[in-house]
Parts: sequence; structure tokens; C-alpha cells
Amino acid sequence: MKKYTLITIATIAIFSTTIISCSDEFVNRDPVYSVGSENYFNSKTDYDNALIGAYDLLQSTFVNVLMGEIASDNTLAGGGNATDVPGYQQIDDMTHTPVNAQLKSLWDYMFAGVQRCNYILEFKDKTDFAGKNQVIAEARFLRAYYHFELVKWFGGIPLNGDKRFNVGDEKTIKRSSVSDVYASIEADLIFAKDNLSPTASQKGRATKGAVLALLGKAYLYQNKFSQAATTLESLISTSSYSLVTDYNTIFEDSGENGAESVFEVQYTDVEGAGFGCFQCSEGNIAVGFNGPRDYTGTLFTSGFSFNVPTQKIVNAFEAGDRRKAVAILDIEAWAATTGATFSKGNEHTGFFNRKYIPRKRSATAQGDLNLTNPNNYRAIRYADVLLMAAEAYSRGGIDESKAKNYLNQVRRRAFGDLNHDVTASGPALTDFILAERRVELVGEGHRFFDLVRTGKAAQEIQGFKAGKNELFPIPIEEIQFANGNWEQNPGY
Amino acid sequence: MKSNYLLIIFLFLSAFGYSQGYDIGGVVKETGSGLPIPGVNVQIKNSNKGTTSDFDGRFTIKGISTGSTLVFSYLGYKNFEYKVTATTMNLSVSLEQDSKTLDEVVVIGYGSQKKRQVTGAVSVVDSKTLEILKPIKIEQALQGTVSGVNVTTTSGAPGAALDIRIRGIATNGQNGPTTIIDGYVGELGLLNPNDVESITVLKDAQAAIYGTIGANGIILVTTKTGKKNAKTKISLNTYTGFQETSRTLPTLNATEYALLLNESYANGGKALPYPNVSGLGKGTNWQNEVFNTGVPIISHDLSISGGSDKVTYAVSGSHLDQEGIIGGSKSGFLRNTARVSLGADLSDKLKLKTNVIYTYFNRKSLNENGLASVLFNALNIPSTLSPYDSNGDFTLAPTTGLGIEIINPLAQIANTYNDYNFKKLNGNFGLDYKLFKDFVLSSSMGFNTSNSKSRIFAKEVNYGGKVFDVARNSVTQNAINDNDYSFDIYGTYTKKVGEGHNFAATIGNTIYKQWGNGLYATGYDVPNNSWDFADISLTTGIVNAKTNSSYGYDERRLSYFGRAQYDYKGKYLLSGMIRRDASTKFGPGNKVGYFPSFTAGWVISDEGFYGESKLINFMKLRGSYGTLGNDQIPNNGYISQLTGEATYVFDGTLVNGSASGQIPNPDLKWEEARKFDVGLDLKLFNDKVSIVSDYFIDTRADLLIPNIPVSGIIGISAPGASAPTINAGTVRNSGLEFSIDYKNKFSDNFSMSAGYNVTFLKNEVLEVNNGTGFIEGGSFGVGQPAPSRMEVGQPIGYFYGYKSDGIFQNQAEVDAHPSQLALGANAAPGDIRYTDVNGDNVIDVQDRTNIGDPIPSATMGFNLQLNYKNLDFSAYTFASVGNDMVRNYERDVTDANHFRYVLDRWTGEGTSNSVPRVTTSSTANTVFSDYFVEDASYLRIQNIQLGYSLNQKYAEKAGLTKLRLYAGVNNLYTFTKYKGYDPGASNGAPIGGGIDYGFYPIPRTYMVGLNINF
Repeated sequence: MKKYTLITIATIAIFSTTIISCSDEFVNRDPVYSVGSENYFNSKTDYDNALIGAYDLLQSTFVNVLMGEIASDNTLAGGGNATDVPGYQQIDDMTHTPVNAQLKSLWDYMFAGVQRCNYILEFKDKTDFAGKNQVIAEARFLRAYYHFELVKWFGGIPLNGDKRFNVGDEKTIKRSSVSDVYASIEADLIFAKDNLSPTASQKGRATKGAVLALLGKAYLYQNKFSQAATTLESLISTSSYSLVTDYNTIFEDSGENGAESVFEVQYTDVEGAGFGCFQCSEGNIAVGFNGPRDYTGTLFTSGFSFNVPTQKIVNAFEAGDRRKAVAILDIEAWAATTGATFSKGNEHTGFFNRKYIPRKRSATAQGDLNLTNPNNYRAIRYADVLLMAAEAYSRGGIDESKAKNYLNQVRRRAFGDLNHDVTASGPALTDFILAERRVELVGEGHRFFDLVRTGKAAQEIQGFKAGKNELFPIPIEEIQFANGNWEQNPGY
Repeated sequence: MKSNYLLIIFLFLSAFGYSQGYDIGGVVKETGSGLPIPGVNVQIKNSNKGTTSDFDGRFTIKGISTGSTLVFSYLGYKNFEYKVTATTMNLSVSLEQDSKTLDEVVVIGYGSQKKRQVTGAVSVVDSKTLEILKPIKIEQALQGTVSGVNVTTTSGAPGAALDIRIRGIATNGQNGPTTIIDGYVGELGLLNPNDVESITVLKDAQAAIYGTIGANGIILVTTKTGKKNAKTKISLNTYTGFQETSRTLPTLNATEYALLLNESYANGGKALPYPNVSGLGKGTNWQNEVFNTGVPIISHDLSISGGSDKVTYAVSGSHLDQEGIIGGSKSGFLRNTARVSLGADLSDKLKLKTNVIYTYFNRKSLNENGLASVLFNALNIPSTLSPYDSNGDFTLAPTTGLGIEIINPLAQIANTYNDYNFKKLNGNFGLDYKLFKDFVLSSSMGFNTSNSKSRIFAKEVNYGGKVFDVARNSVTQNAINDNDYSFDIYGTYTKKVGEGHNFAATIGNTIYKQWGNGLYATGYDVPNNSWDFADISLTTGIVNAKTNSSYGYDERRLSYFGRAQYDYKGKYLLSGMIRRDASTKFGPGNKVGYFPSFTAGWVISDEGFYGESKLINFMKLRGSYGTLGNDQIPNNGYISQLTGEATYVFDGTLVNGSASGQIPNPDLKWEEARKFDVGLDLKLFNDKVSIVSDYFIDTRADLLIPNIPVSGIIGISAPGASAPTINAGTVRNSGLEFSIDYKNKFSDNFSMSAGYNVTFLKNEVLEVNNGTGFIEGGSFGVGQPAPSRMEVGQPIGYFYGYKSDGIFQNQAEVDAHPSQLALGANAAPGDIRYTDVNGDNVIDVQDRTNIGDPIPSATMGFNLQLNYKNLDFSAYTFASVGNDMVRNYERDVTDANHFRYVLDRWTGEGTSNSVPRVTTSSTANTVFSDYFVEDASYLRIQNIQLGYSLNQKYAEKAGLTKLRLYAGVNNLYTFTKYKGYDPGASNGAPIGGGIDYGFYPIPRTYMVGLNINF
């Protein structure tokens, strides 16, 4: 009997210890070595770190530049064959539909940028420290930058103030109107303008100059000419930017973050990258895509032969324009003189976008070399600012002499003389300014949007349907996710 | 034991009662092993007189009247009858093991059950099948031997993983069943097959006792243990084999290739690349260059087992060394295992059992199954190129016309350097304590602890402008440590009440924890650009970027379970189970799930009205219904962590910040598998034929889908971010399983057994609630939209593309058809005509439709064993019907080599209505269409084997109990219309499976082997 008592006691003891040790507390554990995103922002460092994350997506704008150029009348899609990256081919031919992997990437990358900015802004009041407004201003500049890209490509987009989007918001938050998106961009930039210094603490960070340029650009895209002129004038009159004498050096490694650089997306080749994650690359992927196929020879290296300039843009350069040889690589002539070899890709025109094709690489460059080209994207150049200001003054009928002055500054650099100064006025002056924008900024991704905002796209771009192709379609996946909450853009 | 002695004494005493008769004595042995069997009942038929065999299997029984029959019986063996005609003391009786008897005990999780009383859908594979099949990995032994189980290879490379799917593909996340080795969670693929006694597959709600981990089915592995009161048995198994590819694909030789390219260039309006084709000859057969023949595989296995009346033991070791049919030792697999199993009756009430396994393996691998794979290159590189140039260096494949991916596969093999080492110690310790009458308390502790390390050397190499060029060499090393333990404690109470009412109840709890970490580092500038120096310690490079990373994890599960079983006279069977699970995979409020299930059975043949001696001598109807769970998803999916990548460049230098990783889903909850099964078990013709049939409906609700596509506005495409895991849909698998086994001994010299099983499966997605109604996956070609979908009303992972309708024979046909321009190019005669599925008079993405699916509509196995005198023969076959596969190993570049089927291409009106023209100009012929989808039904002779056992008399003289020599072939032949290497391969992805980049074919292995028992 005593034995049974013992056994019973032992059993109870075993069971009860098990049960106690195995209460649900067992499954309440903290993740190993992990920082939760909702209890962050406890120091200046945390804000600084999150801000790096917000900058990161700028590198993904390679697709905006590449695809924007292909969409225009400057270049053809090219590539290996006619079905190489169908998304680019279709946009080139203006036959694109809401099914387009590259448009979807662009949408996703830019919203990822917005989300990372809003991560900071959502917690902007959590911790105070000296210089916080600088961080907030940079974040708001970046948000405006991403929003501006989105509104350019897709028109009205969903906005969620300073809050991040959550799963399901696509079904409840409507697309804001285009003017609301611009209002948000303007508000962000006005705040940033008042809180950023004209010089950056590190190369690559947003400056007051970058803010003013983007704000001016946003006004210009809305045809708010006087605000654009005022804003850009304030930049031109107070800044230390200048046109680099030798146009060619701007696009070489030594010219990065130079005197003409108002805002530049920074790339490097010290980190490797792969085809599985373009947004993870620290290199400029567009450069590898632009490169001549199977190229061997001096100065350049090979790429995938996308984004090839047409004869039309080559012809657009006036005789004596020094920019032509910088912007356009005539591969046949180059091969003949240097002994370089290459092979012809799809839609071979004989021309390449020389500003952004791969240069010879350093011995320490990490592969895949096609995806890690270190060429910075000169997002806003002082020449662009001058031409935008000129356009605002001219189209707004505000000050033609200033318009001509700014236009001719750009032309004098291009031709190296005063003989090519423009003296026209009225609409003719505007036409000159727009034509100048085209050749000055060829290969830099602006042309399509310039044509759209000036109403000239249908006459210049083959296949462009007015009333439809001004905007790109919301990706089919997004329309489907939204489940009726977002309307597709007209015509798609 | 005591009572047995008493019985024996009693029997001896009673024997004196008979004055006259024959005396019979001898030894009882096991057929096959020849080991003596102690404790065999030797009974005179129709009397209560008898004896039992002693420790050496010997028996003596005296005074038997003539014409009597002795019946030898022992649990787990077939009865043997001997008619007494004369006195003999040298009778040798062999008892045959009877694995199919209804008294067989089946492991069902936290207990076991007599097979006749099992009410769930349970299948068993025993060690004999494993002995014949000689699987390198155990999973292979489940293919074709168990209904409802489908095993696919991800590759034929040595050591490659296999995927097991029980009753179809239900979830998009973790699809594989859980393996329980002797009661604790383990890894099936790592076991030495010779250590396994039996494999039990729980396919239905019977698995509910495992709750959370049972949704994909449970595979219970019982390892071999020693037998009590058995002499030491030493068993040595060894075989050597030679492997070769089971298939090569027909490609064009150099002359054919050049002619085809000429035609293609001419059609594209370009100059002929080979104006003179004479002298090109056959060129290089790249597959012959890449595939080796006579590739060795050796396997040795030694086991020692036995036991006294208190202790049992089994000790074993094994060694397997397999080289790859591609790259030899560069894709080799070496595995060593050691195992100790011990059982001890510490007292009358307390029993201990323990089993500890050590596994070591080393694996090297080549790039497989993708654009970068060795075979993909071997198939696409032109036969006009020779492997080596005049200097003896590897020939570079030009980029012009071949693109940036196709490289010399021999160079690729030569430049591939990697090494993966894995060490694991796993085991369990269990105690059973008989607390009081009818109540046993069991506890067991199972553990796995493993360390692996790998080293990958990226040699500086130039393939001539290809994506595989490495400008700067590096070595990447990692060290990973994974651990888990489970602690079970449960009590089992069995009680017989009144006449024929039997109750059993089990209640218990399990805690499970897994934790570990990984460390990765990369070093640049390996000295001498050589594998011999490829260690971070020797690297000299400094890189301005983060090259180290690590991770850690800690996941836990807490479970309580209970099971009640009741039967009335073994005729009416009922059981109910409930399990409560809590898991760290889910957030507050969703951690806990309850999973109930019920089973019932009715042994109709035991009913009074059924009578005796029918054609059908056993009939059982059974059914089960229950809910099981699944939590096999990425960790911490319910919270947001700063695991994203935040890297930018300031002042020309990389800077790292912080950003969120996976998008959280705080509402994550248990996935539920609702399993319904009804089955009928029959035995006919005195147990010679047994039939098991099941109908099942397996509905998976709240399907957990990791990385589910959601709107991009949430930031899923940020670097290092990923889409959330969401409970996103419902999938139903329903089907029918049928298996029939026939076993007969025609004479002492000849016996045979044959088995056939078939599973019919229908998979349908019932719900996808991500807003789009579908989820896409997989990839085809380069830059093409995803080819696979999970969509309501369709089978999961079906192929979504264009439907073709022959070839345009002339311009009139082109003009009469809607424009195909939206597919990339205007059609011309000789191009594929696509069907205007939606009838809107234009062919565009809206015309994509279901063009096949990778799920077989039926899978079946047929197995045959024959024994004639000392010879034994066996054959195992497997067939899969109705699975489609996508031909994706043809690179769409102008100068790639082609397959011979292009010789039947369209070259003018009326020449072909199935294979389009060749041209270098752009066509829409390469878009994903049914032209690339093939019926991959197949029948494979998996194994044939012929063995010879030395006559026992001679064997005994040599001091052996058994000596068997055999020769066999694995994967002898595959009958299929599919053009690719392996119709049975898949990458295992539910969405995006069945897409073939040139799977590494499974090897055909010719082997000779030896089994020796002492």
C-alpha cells in the first residue's frame, strides 16, 4: 500500500511539474537577435539608419530612366531579340498593356521608397535630438522624389499621409487626384527647402538645391510657370552650381558629384548583385542594359544592347554640337577607328547611349558586372535647372531675356562659342528651349515626360495614342489586388 | 517466463501419460536469416499437448501417436504444420515471417495497434522491401510501394533531396510529411536504410494525434532493435554498382546544326553562317562529354543485434560512397552512419529504450536545373564547337548568337568547387513505467543536433563575356548549427470491461523546441586562384562592403493530446483524438489551435450473420474525419523586424542602415487540414489476396502561403523585404486509393507475391483570397510572365499560357486569323497559330488559359517477388499518368543547338503542322504555349533483382546462417513520350513545379551485392 502511495505521489509530482513547466509561457519567446521595427527610433542613430533605407530605393530608379528613355522617340528597346524583356519592347512600341513586369517593378520600387520614408515620418515625434529636422527634411524630399516619379508614370496614386500602408489598404484607400499628389509633393519640398542646407554633409544626400530643383520641376509639370520660375530662380541666383566646361567629363567617373550636379543617384560596384534581386544591386543596372552587345575594345565594356538611340535623335543635333559625340556612340565608326568588336542585337541602329554605357571596370569590381556598373545617375543637372527655368520664363511669358540667357548658357557650353545663341522669342523661343532640352538631356530619361507635359507626344512618338498613353497603366496585379477600389487609367 | 516454465513442466509431466508413440526433436529457425527462434509453440493439433522451443530453438516432444500433426506457431510468423510419421530428433523447421498477418502491430503515434483494429488509412513498408529496393535515400522506397504517396526527385545528382507528397499537393508552403523516428521528429532522408525496421505512413485523420505537424501526413519510422532471448546476429550487406545516365536527349550533330542554322539565318534574311558545311561531320556530342559511364557506387553495412531476457541491443554502421554521372567526384555523395540501440527491462515495471544515430555526409554539387546548369549548357552549346582548343584549353562559347548564359559545360565542371559537410547526432531515450495494472506511463526525450559547414570557391574565370565570368575570386564559407529536442510524457490506460468491451486511453503532452544559428562569410583574393588555398584565412582582399552575415532562431511548440479507443470484441472500433497546440509561429491570440478527430471501424467478417469459410475471409469497413494543423512557415511572420537591406552610397562609400524585412501579418493563424477517409479492407482466398481501398477528401483551409503576392504599395519590393505569409485560400485533394496484394506458396520450392497499387487524385483550388483570385509562380524562358498559377476552380500550379492551333501554312491563313502582334511579332507562314480563347478577335495576354498541369491524375506501382528453390527474383515498377511537364531547357537564342525533333519542322506549306519554322527574326513562337507543355506520363522499372542463397546446409558448414548473392539494376528503363531527361522530376514547388530546365537524370545503376549473416 505504501508503495502505491509513493507511486501516486511520484506520478502527481511528475505530471504537475510537466504541466507547470509547459504552460503557454513556453511559447512566448522573443525572436533571437532581432530588432523589432515598431520599437525603433530611440536615438539619432536609429533615424539616420532608417534614412539610409529610404535613400536605398533611389538606386532602383534605374528602371525609370531606362524605360522612360525607351518610351520616348529617342531610343528603341533593342535587346537580344524581339522578345527580350517584353515589357520594354512593348513600351517602345506603345503597345504596352497592364501586364508588364517592368512597370510592375517600377510601381513596387517607388512605393517601397515611399513606405520607407513614411516609416520614419510615422515615428517622427518619438525621439527628439539636435538636427532632427534635417533627417525629416531629407525623408520628405525622398518621399516627394518617389511620389513625383509615381505621378509622372501613373497619375493619381493612393496616399496615406505620414503613415505606412498596411495589407488591405489597397482595397480601401482610393487613388488621390493628380493635383493632390502634387500638393503633397509641394508640401514635402517646401518643408525640406526650409530645413536643408545648401551643402550636404555627405555627397549623395539631398541639399536645398536639390529640393528647389525638384520643386521647380514639380511646378513646371503642373504648368505653374511663375512658381516654377521663382523657385528655380532662387536656386540659380543663390547657388554655387555651374556648368562644367567639358560636357564629356560630366558622365565619366571623375565627373561624378561635380559642379553641375544638383542631385545625383549614387552607385558603386563594391558589392555584388544578381538577376534575382535588381533592387538589391548597388550598381546602375541600366548601364549594363544599355551597353553594346559582346563588346570588346577600348574604353567601354559590353552590355545587353537595350535602349539604342534612333537616327532621329542623332539627326537632332546641330552641326558643331559637341554634345553629340558624348551622347551618342556610333559603334560602327568607333569599331573602325579603335578595332573594337561587337555583335548586333535586336533593332540594331548602330548607336548607343554613350552617357550611360559601361566603362572599363576596376580590378575589384564585384560581379555580375552587367548589374554593378558604378555610374551615378545625374538625376538633376544644373543644365536641366537652367533649361527648366528658361522654359518657365518663356512659357509663362514672364521674362524672355532671362529665358534666353539661361538657354544660351547651355548652348554656349555645347558649341563652345556665342554664334549659336538663340534670339527667337514667343512660342519659337519655347520650341528652342524644348529642342535644347532634348539634345542636352538625351539618354537621361526625361524626353518622354517632356513630350507628354508639353502635349507633343502624339506627334513625336510612333504609336502614341493621345488620351491614353500620357499615363502608363496601373499594373494588372495592382488593379486586381485593389479589387475595384482603383480604376485603371483611361484607355487600358 | 516463469509461467512458461510451469507450462513446460506441466506438458512434460502430462507427456508421461502417453505410453506409446514417436519422439520428435529438432530445431526451429527463421526462414531467410536461419537464426534459431526461441519460445516457439509446438503443439499437437487438436490436443492441448505441446512444448516450446528453448533458447537455441531446440525442442523435443515425445510419445506422439502416428498420423498426428505438429503445429509450430510463433507471433509474427506463419504457422508450420508437420505430419508425424516416424521418430526423428533432427527435424529442422523453418518459420516464415508473416508481415501481413492481421495480428501485426502497427505504430500509430504514441502507441501501437493491431493491424486488424486500425481504423485509419495506414500503409506500411517493411525492411524486406527496403532490402530489395536498396534505396540510397529511404524516400525512394516509398515510390510505388505505398498508395497515395508520390515521391519526386529534385535531381538525379547524388545526395539530392526527394520530395514526398501524401495524397497530393494541398498547401503552397511546406508540403512534405513529418517524419517521426522512434517517436521523435527526425529527417527521413538521412537514415541508413538498413537501420529501418518499418515505415508506417499515416495518411488521414489518424495522424491527428500529431496535430500541428500532421497535416501533410506522418511517416513513422521504427528502427531495428535486437530481439529478446536471441543469439547474436551479425549481418553484413555490401554492394558495388556502376552508374550511367538513364537517358540522353537527341540533339543535332554538327552538320545538321550548321544546315539548320543556315536555314534559320536565311529565313531571317541574314547571311549564311556556314556557307560550307562539308567537313563539319558529327562534331562534338556534348552529352557524351559531360556524362560519365561506369561511375562507381559502393555501400557497406554491418549490423550486430541480439538480446538476453532483459536486454536487447543493436549496433550498426554503414558507409556509402556515390559519384555523380556528371562530374564524377565533383558531384559526389559520401555518407557514414553509426547507430546504437539498446533496450532494457530495468525492473518488472520499468523499461528503458534508447537509440542514438550518428550521421556524417559530404556532398559536392554542380549547378543544376536552371539557365546556369551544366546540362542546360551541354544541350544548348553547338555541336560544331570542340571541347578544347588547339592549346588544350577549354573552348570558349561565343556570346554572339549564344547569349550570355551558354558556356562550355566541361569548363563549368572544371571550375566548380564546393564542399558541404554535415554531421548529425540524433537519438532518443525513453522510459516506460507500468505504474499500476493497465496503466503505463511513458516518457521520451528525442533530440537532433547537427553541424554543417560549406565552402564555395568562385574561381576567377573568364568565359568570354558571360554572366558566369568571375572578375575577382572569392571563397564563401558558412557554418550552421541546428538543434531540436522534443520531450514527450504520456500515460496509456487499457481496460477490459465485462464481456468484450475494450477501452484504451492515452493522454500526454509534448514540448518541442528547435534552435540554431548560421554564420556566413566571404573572403576575396584567394592565393593562386586555387581551390587548394580557398579558405578565408588565406584571402588578402579588402572589400568596401559587408561580407559577413549570420542568423539565429528559436522556435517552440507546446502540445497536449488525448486519445480514447474503444472496441467491442474487436468488431466495432471507435477512437477519438484531440490535440491542443501552441506555436511560436503565430502572434498573440492566434498561438493556440485545437485539432479533433474521430475514426471508426466495423469488422463485418466477424459478424455472426457473415458465417464462415467465404471467398472473402476478412472484411473491415473504416472511416475517419478530423482536423489537423500546419505551422510550417517562415519564422516571426506576425511581427515586423529590421531584417531588410538598407544600403546606399554616401561620399563614394557604402553605408548600411536599417529597414524592415518581411511584411508582417499579425493575423496569421493555423492552417487547417480537414481530412475525410472511408476505406474497405478485404482478405480473400485464405489471406492469399488482400485488398485495401480508400476514398478520401482532404480539404486544406486557411492555407498558409508564405511570400504571397500582395499590393506593392506595402513595400514588398524593397531590398530585403518580402511579401507576408497569409492564410490565403483553400485547396481540395480528393481521390481513390486501391491496393491489392497476392501472396502464395505453391510448393516448398516455389512461392510468389505480387502487389499493385493505384491512386487517383483530383486537385482543385477552392478559394484564393488575396484579392486577385490567383497566385502566380514559376518561370519560363527569360523575361516571360510566370507560367504557373494557383487559381480557383483549377488544379494548384496549373500551366497558364497560350493554346496553339497548328502551324500557319500560308499567308492566307495568317490573314484570316486575328493578329498575334501583341505576342511580340506579326505571324508569318510557318509560325504557331494561337487560339483566340476569349474570342475578341485579337491574340493577347487575355487569351492565356489552362494548358496542362503537373499533377498526375493517377500514380501506380506494381511489384513482383518470386522465390524458386535458392533463387529469388523481384521487380518494382512505378507509373505516373497525366502529369504534364514544361520543356524549358531550350535556350531561345539564334545559335543554340536544337533537338532532333526540329528536323520535322515546317519548311513550306504542308510540311508540318506541329513544329514551327526556324528563323532568326522575331516570332511569337517562343511565348509560353502548349507547344512547350508535354505529357510526361511514364512507367519506370525502378528495380529488378535476382538473388541466389547458398543452401543452408553448406552455409552452416561455413559457420554462416545465410549467404546470399545478388545482382540487380536500379532504374532499368523509363517508358515515356516526354522528350526531357526525367519525367518524374520536379523542383517540388506547388506553383511552378514541373518546369524542366534539364533535370539531372536519375542514374541507371547496375549492382552486385552480398548478404551474409552469422
